[in-house]
Amino acid sequence: MLRMANVTKIFNRGTVNEKTALSDVTLTVSDGDFVTMIGGNGAGKSTLLNCVAGVFLPEEGGIHIDQADVTKLGEHRRAKYLGRVFQDPMMGTAADMTIEENLALALRRGKPRTLRWGVTERERARYKALLKRLGLGLEARLTTKAGLLSGGQRQALTLLMATLERPKLLLLDEHTAALDPKTAEKVLAISDEFIREGSLTTLMVTHNMRNALQYGNRLLMMHEGRVLIDVQGEEKRRLTVEDLLSLFERASGETLASDRALLS
Amino acid sequence: MGQILLGAVALGLLWSIMTIGVYITYRILDIADLTVEGSITLGAAVSTAMIHAGQSPFLASAAALLCGLGAGFVSGLLHTKLRIPALLSGILTMIALWSVNLRVMGSANISILRLPTIFTPIQALGASKYAAWVCVGGLLAIAIVSILYWFFGTELGSAVRATGNNPTMVRAQGIHTDNMILLGLMISNALVALSGSLIAQSQAFADIQMGTGSIVIGLASLIVGEVLFGRRNFYLRLLSLIFGAITYRIIIATVMELGMNPNDLKLFTAVTVALALSMPHFRDYLQTLRKSLTGGLSKC
Repeated sequence: MLRMANVTKIFNRGTVNEKTALSDVTLTVSDGDFVTMIGGNGAGKSTLLNCVAGVFLPEEGGIHIDQADVTKLGEHRRAKYLGRVFQDPMMGTAADMTIEENLALALRRGKPRTLRWGVTERERARYKALLKRLGLGLEARLTTKAGLLSGGQRQALTLLMATLERPKLLLLDEHTAALDPKTAEKVLAISDEFIREGSLTTLMVTHNMRNALQYGNRLLMMHEGRVLIDVQGEEKRRLTVEDLLSLFERASGETLASDRALLS
Repeated sequence: MGQILLGAVALGLLWSIMTIGVYITYRILDIADLTVEGSITLGAAVSTAMIHAGQSPFLASAAALLCGLGAGFVSGLLHTKLRIPALLSGILTMIALWSVNLRVMGSANISILRLPTIFTPIQALGASKYAAWVCVGGLLAIAIVSILYWFFGTELGSAVRATGNNPTMVRAQGIHTDNMILLGLMISNALVALSGSLIAQSQAFADIQMGTGSIVIGLASLIVGEVLFGRRNFYLRLLSLIFGAITYRIIIATVMELGMNPNDLKLFTAVTVALALSMPHFRDYLQTLRKSLTGGLSKC
């Protein structure tokens, strides 16, 4: 489903601030995989996600989604393959537009925008049914502006938008990091439900080690622009936080002292 | 007094089309586009030059609209393709248009006195000068508001609105934000140029200086409209721009009647706009002040 081959991303190349954010990353994600990604600050997890999304174009290497070579495609030209939820709840929706207008924009992801009416009556019925499933009471507020929703509601709406038109790959970039713990749990549970139900191929970046272990069938740990640990299936199911820390120490030759606080 | 009021309403209607153009960039795209100062004169220059050369005023007005479209396109290219900040690309096009407008007019001003204008057919029916302005301006303004209301409800129009709101989200939906900004700037400047053409035809001359400060007039009208006539739904918001432009002209006519020196007009307008733009900030400040005061009291 996703193939990254020798992808290198360097920021500020040729200046004193040069930073290699991704270093020769090769990664294949199979159809239906739910991959969780952890790593400390600056490990390269967000850069990896942004390279897949087309926010950054890599200096070297190639990226394929399904059979399509998207290496040089801009963000908007590969959007048809991707559903995205961002860390900042403000980023996923247009604040001055209504819930139904936001959903209608997402329903047409990757399609040309015509002079047909922006939201049709038939869509509305579908939106209502889907919003009802979120259990947040949004089904009665189709014409409420997205900007008036809480952070958790906006993330749930963004998640619905990202999956409304089935994406080949769902990218969740620390999408619960800005929420309070209780709301974060709820949004994560909804995400998991959506992913299972649609058997969506998913890449989820998280700061939270327990969430990374709890969800998904495969876990990647990144460090200094490389994928350091890659466990899946039964092995991942048995993994504990302690195992993960010792795995990290063995693989990197460093202790996780400075990152421990961030990851637990 | 009646004539002054009618004159103000008439002029307000002609300027309202420009206000709608400013609204598209300033409110919908969230860009302060200074191209308008050049494109309003461009519209005036093109249409008066064509009328002067014996062309039909209708053709001349349509040509003004198209030239405005082109001016918006240039600013849009500078901003989106060459990555020049929007404010600066607007200024660059505005300055470039100064030379273009002089070329089009051949001199610093053109008079089309006693030549036919877009208002002539209505006047031929026996209407007074101001009545003809009100008819043409009102009809065009309502037509434009209706067309824009439809357009911004379509898939394409929604994409333009969302671009001004949250470009990251729009790109994630597979929409090329550059094209949406380009489209918005083109529509906006086309309307501004049409407005310039109507204003020039109403006063029977065009002048190279006539665009100076027009962005501030557009903003003043926009804000007056928003403050006085609300922003409940999109159609009313568009209509409020027309009422705002008219109210602004009535305010100006009133202060002039009261004896204000015309030279002070631009200062007056600038101060009004500055006050209106800072209003939300003051409101927030007062609210936090009140909250902290009542909060302090309840603790006692």
